[in-house]
Formats: sequence, structure tokens, C-alpha cells
Amino acid sequence: MTTRTPRKLTTSAMIASIAEEGQRTAKAPFGHALTRLADERPDVVGLSADLAKYTDMHVFRDAHPGRFFQMGMAEQVMLGAAAGLAEVGLTPFASTYSVFATRRAYDFLCLDIAEPGLGVNVVGALPGLTTGYGPSHQATEDLAILRGMPGLTIVDPADSVDIEQAVPALAAHPGPTYLRLLRGAVPTVLDEYDYRFEVGRAALLRDGRDVLFVSTGLMTVRALTAAAELAADRVDVAVLHTPTIKPFDRATVLREAAKGRLVVTLENHSVVGGLAESVASCLAFAGQTAHLVPIGLPDAFLAAGALPTLHDRYGLSVTAIKDRVRRAL
Amino acid sequence: MTSTHAPGTRAPNPQRVDALREAAHRIRGYALDMGEVQGQGYIGQALGVADILAVVYRDVLDFRPHDPHWPGRDRFLLSIGHYAIALYAALAEAGVLDVAELATYGGDDSRLPMSGMATYTPGMEISGGSLGHGLGIATGMALGLRHQGSTARVHTLLSDGELDEGSTWEAALACAHHGLDNVTAIVDVNALQADGPTGGVLRTEPVTAKWEAFGWHAVRVDGNDVEALVTAFDGLRAHRGSPAVLVCDTRVGCGVPLLENREKAHFMRVEEHEWQIARDQLTERHRTEETAR
Repeated sequence: MTTRTPRKLTTSAMIASIAEEGQRTAKAPFGHALTRLADERPDVVGLSADLAKYTDMHVFRDAHPGRFFQMGMAEQVMLGAAAGLAEVGLTPFASTYSVFATRRAYDFLCLDIAEPGLGVNVVGALPGLTTGYGPSHQATEDLAILRGMPGLTIVDPADSVDIEQAVPALAAHPGPTYLRLLRGAVPTVLDEYDYRFEVGRAALLRDGRDVLFVSTGLMTVRALTAAAELAADRVDVAVLHTPTIKPFDRATVLREAAKGRLVVTLENHSVVGGLAESVASCLAFAGQTAHLVPIGLPDAFLAAGALPTLHDRYGLSVTAIKDRVRRAL
Repeated sequence: MTSTHAPGTRAPNPQRVDALREAAHRIRGYALDMGEVQGQGYIGQALGVADILAVVYRDVLDFRPHDPHWPGRDRFLLSIGHYAIALYAALAEAGVLDVAELATYGGDDSRLPMSGMATYTPGMEISGGSLGHGLGIATGMALGLRHQGSTARVHTLLSDGELDEGSTWEAALACAHHGLDNVTAIVDVNALQADGPTGGVLRTEPVTAKWEAFGWHAVRVDGNDVEALVTAFDGLRAHRGSPAVLVCDTRVGCGVPLLENREKAHFMRVEEHEWQIARDQLTERHRTEETAR
């Protein structure tokens, strides 16, 4: 009883925060952005499959109760209904966890929404490894599942700034979209950069001579931190943020990858079928080569546990990123 | 249950019923003509739902044949996309499609593919075929139309086989929860699905009781009795407060004795020489029934 042991990390909650200690954050950026958009656009409606509180949709629900439709724990009808709402001229945002939108309701997203090219925006919370609840809730392959769907725009934003800008952009974008949602207290980072979200555009956030990070989603924030810390070791790292996974900004990736640097992809997703393979195929199809190092989740069902532990174990932490880069150089 | 007149409803006038019987007869004829183009297909089901589609397209729906996207239209969603042959026949009867175009059925570059596709065919509201989708989309359309203050109604035709799909019941819950009395589901109960009789594949009866338990106003009729269908739809038109379902018992191949008795009735193959026999039987049966009335 006299010696103090360090606090044991536990799974603790379905949704652990992805923010680092001391990091600036914004609360429920998606919910607030959707509410602001709906103030201006009466065609915007929201749907939830019993997860409004956990996908930040509750902010919209409380602000515009007449335009919010609760569908219960039933993702197939939620996406079907979203299609029906779009068919009569409304602009739906339908949110649930990524695993349920993709694995469970794929046929409905594909045939009801994507095939007729409807302007439905599907919002998936807990993308990749953002919960310690194990494979039932970890959408480690949502990008792989969805990249094959014709006509679907896929966006993996980095932080609250990215989300706030993506929401009106996706509503204005014709056809269906899928947004990988970071919810709760979401880091605010990109306001320090000269950055604007644009559908289908990658953005070079910093330049560097030795290494090119091509990153997406929350890994862009880690990439920026890792790049800053590697600079102290005289490793000069560029960071290219690619929030749109589909359509992929091939031109920018090819241009930046052609500069002879080590190319490291960073994604909060399995190394199968996500950003790494998007970059690899983009290079290969263009007949271009590069030394490519994929940082992402292993091709495995992941463990349950505390999120910081898991991110370290599976190589997504800043420390793990730096180690990997040093080994590759 | 066979045709009964709900309390307070009167028998429809005979001219109206006769006109709809004629429409159903033409729909059957168009379906046989299209069937012959391909030599096979969901012909038995088309003959089975011809009476329902005749009543729906000539008596129930409010739409503009030459403006299929008119925003005020009542929607008809063919959830069972593989019944497209039946809907094309009905759309021809309704004046949305030219009868001459039916000859292109299932051909290359035709607007009439064998499974219903919304982007191909005027009047086809959704692409069906993967089952269990229609009622979910109907739910969203009905929510949206009500939200916009439209009085348009949404109808969707399901099959009893579709009741196997869990998504149908998700949508049934949602429609009832949201009190969508602008939704009418029509369930074609022909008791037959791909692997055989529904009772053996996956039992769905008692169908009416299931919908009622989900909070729906349910009515069951003989789906090949035009008078019963008209009476039922008249009753449903006045219903408020909950979604409504019309459970229709139909006979595969109805109207053509040769096809009514086919053993392999789900996806029917008809020999070349049989098409004329089928057409002759259809005409003869129709005439006999006319005389009997």
C-alpha cells in the first residue's frame, strides 16, 4: 500500500478519445457543422440507427428535431430510407458506426444509394482502430470494402477543421459519400496550416527532403507530430494529407512521389485495401516506382483493450511511426 | 380469406370492375408476348399479379403517364425487381410505355431489362432484384413526402418470399413507428419461391397476423379477384393512422391453365410451340368468365 503503481489502462469506454494530452480539441465538430449547414439548407435531414448520441448526430437532432428521423437499431432500413428521402429531393446524412454501415448494410448502400447515384451522405463513426471493443466495433477494413463501390466518394478527415469543412462540401457534392467520423472531443490541428478541404484533393501540409508521408484520417495529425520530432534528428519529412480516398488525387501523389524520397503511407486502416494500396496502385499503373513503407493496421482481427496500448502495439503511435521511419532510412 | 366487403364499404359498380378485368387481361397478353421473346422468365408470377397491377395502375395510383417524374405522383416501387415483365406490361397498359416497345424486352440496349432497373425504364421507381429493399426505400420516400407536405402516397409490391428478408421487417417496424399512413405495402402471396413452396423453404404464415403484430392495418384478399381488390383498395384509401398492407393470395400462371399447372413454376420455361396455346387459352378463359358473369 505504500508504493504507488502507475494507473492501469483499461478499455473503459466504447469510445476512447483519440486526442493526445494537452492537444486542442473541438467538441462534436460533425454535429455542429451539420446543424450550421441545416440552418442554411432546408433540404438537409439526418437519420440515425440508435446511435445519435454516439455519432454526434444528437446536436443536429436537438437543433432540428423535425428534420431528424430515428430508424432504430436497423441499419438496412436506415440506408434504404436515406435513399427514399434523397429520391424525393432531400439531402440526408445517415450516421451509425462504420462497421454497421459497411459490413451489415453494404447491399443497401450499394443498390439503394450508389447505383442510382443519390446524394446520400453516410457517416461512419469508429473508423479503423478508434475503439478498444474488439472486432465487432473496429472497422479496420471499411475502406477496403467501399473502394470497390462505383461512384462512392470516400473521405477520411484528419481533425475537427477537416470535418467542419467536409460536411458542407460533401452535401454540395453530387452523388453518395462516405465520411469516416471522428467524434466527441476531436483534435484541432489543421487551422495552423494553410489548408482547405476540397473533395478529391490532397494537400501538402509541409515539405521535406528525406521522406514523404502520405497520410489520411487521424494519422495525418500523428504524421505532423512525427515529422516535427524527426526534424530534431535532422530527418526532413514532407506530409501530404489525402483526405479523399476515392476519387484519389493521383496527380498530386505521383508528383510528390517522383521526388526520390522514401514514401511512407500512414492510415488508420488495414494495410490491405486502403491508402497504402491506393498509393501503390497509383504508382504502379503510372509506371512509376518508389520505396514504399506502409504504416497501418495488420491484416488481422485486432485485440480488445485500451486504445493507447493498441495504437502502440499495432504501430499507429507517434513513437512507433518514428521507429519505423528510422528503420527504413 | 376470400373477398369480403369491409363494413361500411359498398360493392364497386360493375362497369368499373369490368374495365379493370379487361385491363388485367391485356396485361396478361403483354406478359405472354414478352415471355415469348425470351422463351422463359417470371411469367407465372406476372400472370399471378396481373389483376393487382391492373387495379393499381388503372384505379389506385395518381400519376401522369407522359410525365413519369411529376413530383406529385403516387409512387409504386417494384421491390421484387424480377417481376419486371409484369410491371412493363402494366406500364404499357397505363400508357407510360408504348406497347410496341415491349418487343425489345430483355434485348441488348433495351429499356426493359429482365430485372427492373430504375435508370432504364420510365415509371420504374427503384432498381429491385436484391430482395428486401422496397419497403425500406418506401419508408424514406413516405417520410420525405410527409415532411414536404405532399399528399402523394407510396405503394410497394413485395412477394411472400421477401418476408424471409429481415430488412423487410426492419422497414415494417419503422413505418409503423413513424405512423406512415401514406404507405401501402402489397404482398403477393403465391406460396412459391426459388427453392420450392414457401411453406417448405421458410414458413411465413400467418402473414396477416405478423403485419398486425407490427402495428399495420392488414387486409387479406384473393389477389385474382378484381372486385375484391377494388373493394379492398377503396377501404385502404380511407384508412388513417398507420401504414396499411394488402395481403394478396395469387395463383402462379393465373388465367392460362397450361401454365397454372406447371411443376417448375418459379422461373418458367415455355416451349416455342406452347406460346400460341397459352395465348389461346388466355383468350378462351377470359371469354368463358365474361359469359359466366
